[in-house]
Amino acid sequence: MSAPLLWIFLPFVIGGLSLFVTRERWATMIGGVTAIVLTGAALIVPIDEALSFGSFSIKVASSFQILGRNLTLDSSEAPLLAILFGVAALWFVGAEAVGVARRLTPFGLMIISLLVASIAVQPFLYAALLIELSVLVAVPLLSPSDQTPSRGVIRFLIYQSLGMPFILIAGWLSVGVEASPGDLTLTIQSSLMLGLGFAFLFAIFPLYNWIPLLMEESSPYIVGFLLWLLPIVTSILGMSFLDRYAWLRTSAQVVGALRVAGLLMVVTGGIWTAFQRHLGRMMAFAAVAETGFILLSLSLDPTIGLPIAFLLLIPRGLGLAVWALSLSILDSNTESLRFSSVQGMVRTYPVATTGLILSALSTAGFPLLAGFPPRLALWSGLAQRSLSTGFLLLIGIVGLAVGAVRTLAVMVMADENTAWASKESWAQRGMLGIGMMGLFILGLFPQAANPILDKLPLMFQHLGH
Amino acid sequence: MITTIMSWTAVVVLLITSTGLLLYRDWRWGIGFLAAQYAGVFWLVLQHWAFGMAAAKLVGGWMATASLTITLLNLSARQELIEKYWTQGRAFRLFMVGMAALLAIAAAPRVEEILPGTGIAVAVGGILLTAMGLLQLGMTTQVLRVILGLLTTLSGFEILYAAMEGSILVAALLVVVNLGLGLVGAYLLTVSSEEKTA
Repeated sequence: MSAPLLWIFLPFVIGGLSLFVTRERWATMIGGVTAIVLTGAALIVPIDEALSFGSFSIKVASSFQILGRNLTLDSSEAPLLAILFGVAALWFVGAEAVGVARRLTPFGLMIISLLVASIAVQPFLYAALLIELSVLVAVPLLSPSDQTPSRGVIRFLIYQSLGMPFILIAGWLSVGVEASPGDLTLTIQSSLMLGLGFAFLFAIFPLYNWIPLLMEESSPYIVGFLLWLLPIVTSILGMSFLDRYAWLRTSAQVVGALRVAGLLMVVTGGIWTAFQRHLGRMMAFAAVAETGFILLSLSLDPTIGLPIAFLLLIPRGLGLAVWALSLSILDSNTESLRFSSVQGMVRTYPVATTGLILSALSTAGFPLLAGFPPRLALWSGLAQRSLSTGFLLLIGIVGLAVGAVRTLAVMVMADENTAWASKESWAQRGMLGIGMMGLFILGLFPQAANPILDKLPLMFQHLGH
Repeated sequence: MITTIMSWTAVVVLLITSTGLLLYRDWRWGIGFLAAQYAGVFWLVLQHWAFGMAAAKLVGGWMATASLTITLLNLSARQELIEKYWTQGRAFRLFMVGMAALLAIAAAPRVEEILPGTGIAVAVGGILLTAMGLLQLGMTTQVLRVILGLLTTLSGFEILYAAMEGSILVAALLVVVNLGLGLVGAYLLTVSSEEKTA
């Protein structure tokens, strides 16, 4: 038994087999149970150490060889696996409440497996190929068989596919730069390739126009799942680059580029969020701003920035899950997610509306909610280096908050004669309730996640020490 | 000497096929150009990779082409898939082809400098296909043309990357990506046609 078999091949096979499941309930059970079991395994099962049960003992090896290269998941990666599969369990269980479990479970499990493989593959440069494969698997997930492929899906496919060649070439050039650090031309070429590759993968301004399109045209829940997962794994790939190459880690230009890109995403995402009249597009731009927060944290000194980047992971997953679930419930009960269609829905869908507002406020870093602690830490870290950067971050955050307040205003703008009722199903109320409680718990007790988050920097040899 | 001539012949094949992919009206021609393009890619990749690995790329490309062909054959039995008019701006497209060819010839020596031993023909072929694929992607949102554009761009990149990296795992993953693109294209074509016929 090896760790890659357990956390890569097993969920991939289960995902593939669950394509044949025809009932929503069964698909939810398969997805949820698989993700929960793999989360438990990541927390309990030691890697490369014997685990004894009386006279019986097993050892999970960290490496698996395939075509002359290794897939390696060692004990330092176990906390990340626990976070990925743990948050994925929430998404899979919530999928039944909005009727997308039969699509999300099989493709979602396959996508997570491929993305875990991208974290495990040695050398790490090949991760770009596995991310591209996960993008290809995401296409049928985004474009169901009863719906014409939208412009958003086509752009998603193009932009994400174009990232891979740039990253692979940049990786090759980076080795050359390391060998001859004085070669300025090679350094510029390598940085340019790397920048373009990550600009496509992270959907950095202005390459993020597929995100709002997808939110308008596809299921918000499924798009939310991808918006949670893909940037996290791309961030890990980016951190691996910084960890592996000293010239990148120590370059003032790279740090500056990360900061500018992050600010662009937070500011543009925040401002666009404030002016949207479509709830799906609003969530899309908020997700763009969320990715900007990760980039900004990576632009800080690694000893401060890396823990902040990891602190952002769980609130991002939880916030987007509650937001996407709330939107999907509203979407299935109204013509569209435009303000004109959802106006006053708080009286008929109070739980979904509360989930929507709380997750939007959490993304804006509202106190007592999950998004607050990491944003406060990030803001403080940035302001210590440059007040102007801190001010620009404030603009983005204000934009996100304005979006949340506008949503609240529209949702409560109901006719006085409309009776109060809760039309959500029990499953929907239950899932939203758990998600909202999670937002409060992480906001009030951010240290609750410390046992897992503290160990994450150990994944990196140089950045984490 | 013969190898050099063959490599330049492959580059000419790539120029013809990628131009054809930009201008075709009947999908049958498009698929034919794509299949021929993979033969040119195979020859240029063979300059750096062993025959078996290069052949895997050729077979993978042809399998992707086959998956598109089967889908299009099924669809054309149900509806007319030939575009009624020549794609607009043919002169502009030909002009852009010329620009891409010029770019490839101009940039190839620099690539050869960064990647010693690549060979000018390989560099020209790789840059040309990448540029032509990007050109295709920039001009359309039609599913078939987008998939052909992505496959062309990827082929150009693969020609260049073969000179940098000889890992079997990379070769295998690139074949899977090509095949995956073909299958995704087939899926998207089927889905868009079902909506039309419904």
